[in-house]
Amino acid sequence: MTVLDLKATEQIATREAFGDEIVELGRNNKNILVVDADIGSSCKTTKFMNEFPKQHINVGIAEQNAAGLAAGLATTGKIPFVSTYAVFGSLRMAEQIRQEICYPNLNVKIACSHGGLTPANDGGSHQAIEDMGVLRTIPNMTVIMGADYYSTRKLVKQASEMHGAVYLRFTRDKVPVIYDENETFEIGKAKQLRNGKDVALIANGDTVHLALQAAEILESKGVSAQLLDMHTIKPIDKEAVLECIEIGNIVTVEDHNIINGLGSAVSEIVAEQGKGKVRRIGVQDRFGESAPYDKLLEINGITVENIVNTAEEML
Amino acid sequence: MDSMTVERLKEKAIQLRETAVTMVYKAQSGHPGGSLSAADFVTALYFKEMNVNPEDPNWAERDRFVLSKGHVAPIQYAALAHKGFVPLEMINTLREYGSPFQGHPDSKKCPGVDISTGSLGQGLSCAVGMALGGKLDEKAYRVFAVVGDGECQEGQIWEAAQSAVKYELDNLVVFIDDNGLQIDGTTEEVMPNHDLEKKFQAFGFETKRIDGHSMEEIVDTLDEVREAKNGKPKCIVCNTVKGKGVSYMENVVGWHGKAPNEEQYKLAMEELAGGLHA
Repeated sequence: MTVLDLKATEQIATREAFGDEIVELGRNNKNILVVDADIGSSCKTTKFMNEFPKQHINVGIAEQNAAGLAAGLATTGKIPFVSTYAVFGSLRMAEQIRQEICYPNLNVKIACSHGGLTPANDGGSHQAIEDMGVLRTIPNMTVIMGADYYSTRKLVKQASEMHGAVYLRFTRDKVPVIYDENETFEIGKAKQLRNGKDVALIANGDTVHLALQAAEILESKGVSAQLLDMHTIKPIDKEAVLECIEIGNIVTVEDHNIINGLGSAVSEIVAEQGKGKVRRIGVQDRFGESAPYDKLLEINGITVENIVNTAEEML
Repeated sequence: MDSMTVERLKEKAIQLRETAVTMVYKAQSGHPGGSLSAADFVTALYFKEMNVNPEDPNWAERDRFVLSKGHVAPIQYAALAHKGFVPLEMINTLREYGSPFQGHPDSKKCPGVDISTGSLGQGLSCAVGMALGGKLDEKAYRVFAVVGDGECQEGQIWEAAQSAVKYELDNLVVFIDDNGLQIDGTTEEVMPNHDLEKKFQAFGFETKRIDGHSMEEIVDTLDEVREAKNGKPKCIVCNTVKGKGVSYMENVVGWHGKAPNEEQYKLAMEELAGGLHA
């Protein structure tokens, strides 16, 4: 596969990918609905609303109702995408998702902007660092975060085509485009960006480009790094993780609490295999704060430098 | 549509009460109090009003029923069993492994359950979504939701209510089982609801308060509501008695979620056989 030159590429927030893709989906399937909870302009659903007003519902600032109402719509054959911020979509709506969407196994998608530390200047109240972990523990739920604009569009489309609850997490802030627009993605199947034999880097979402840069630096230092974009953390691609276990050293990277996110999901497989070592890079079980996005990543060690150092320490 | 006379509906409501109490007795667990307070309007819905087909429980044109106060599942199960959605002998399996009759309604396991409920405050949102789905597809079906009075302490009920009004869901009919009791005491003690009819009215519902144990009033109200295609969702607040029909359960907080023993069960069956007293 081709990975674009990061220095030459543009930067686009993945919430834009959702906003663009949902319009395509809504045009082709009148059962695709968007359920907004007031913040549509921020979640990039305005284009959809303008183009398909009959497929657009706005419940106002009432996320719990958004989830329950979407469940009711799904029982009538609709495919509702509930759109809000990740903090609200995972936590304010958590029990409604559990009781009325996942327990009855209904076809509702939860599409959330402001994932991880990406609403950087909004501060800790709006930075969702627990969302994927919370939702990962609910049966019948699929949990996804695309790495860039094009992968996110593809994954949103695939989510619309599968039955069941899917949590889709997007960035508020801009992230580099790393994939060619013709690249293909499959929910539940890791994207292998590099082959390697010394260390395996497993990243997702807005950290994939950091891991990619780290892999290149490692290469220049004579360390061969495998690199996976684990866009789906549930169901996780166990086969791909098993391959990494054969390499022996695994570094996970995520813009999420190191508790119960990608690193935990990988560690569960590693622990059950009884071999392989894992080091987790991610939010250090601390709330965020208002700061430039890069600063927040740095505070938590979610940096190219730390990925390189961590990988080297394991060798 | 199975259309029964008021007298037959009254008999049917007794039969459903007997079945619900029997289910809880056999299981030695479950919620008899609220099952009995909701029995009369649930009977009217299943045996007169709702357009449902036990042969085809997921029929797209059916009326929907959402038991937002999901713990009173025994009364819905009794209706489903007597209506033919589930074989009647299954009533002996309440809360057993593999039973369609889970502790709280499970749409994956029980034919005729339109959505799983059991966590209070959430069902009305689902009913709103179903009614909205019907409007979007220009279907004629209606959605009936049964909401407890204690449950109206949940904020989400009011989120759902405002959205029902915004989307002009006159195909939504909400029954409030206003029995005045909840687990920790009277609603007045625990968290006063004040006048639920006025609250729903203020939100923009068309409302009416009735005697929830008068089959005549229930049937008349359903007749009125059926004709009112005026862009307003409907809310029927029912004055009810928790435990209605079994004297020692009536208005007693302790019978919210408790099973009768053998002696109590026999007494309940004897009393119910004599019909409801005023």
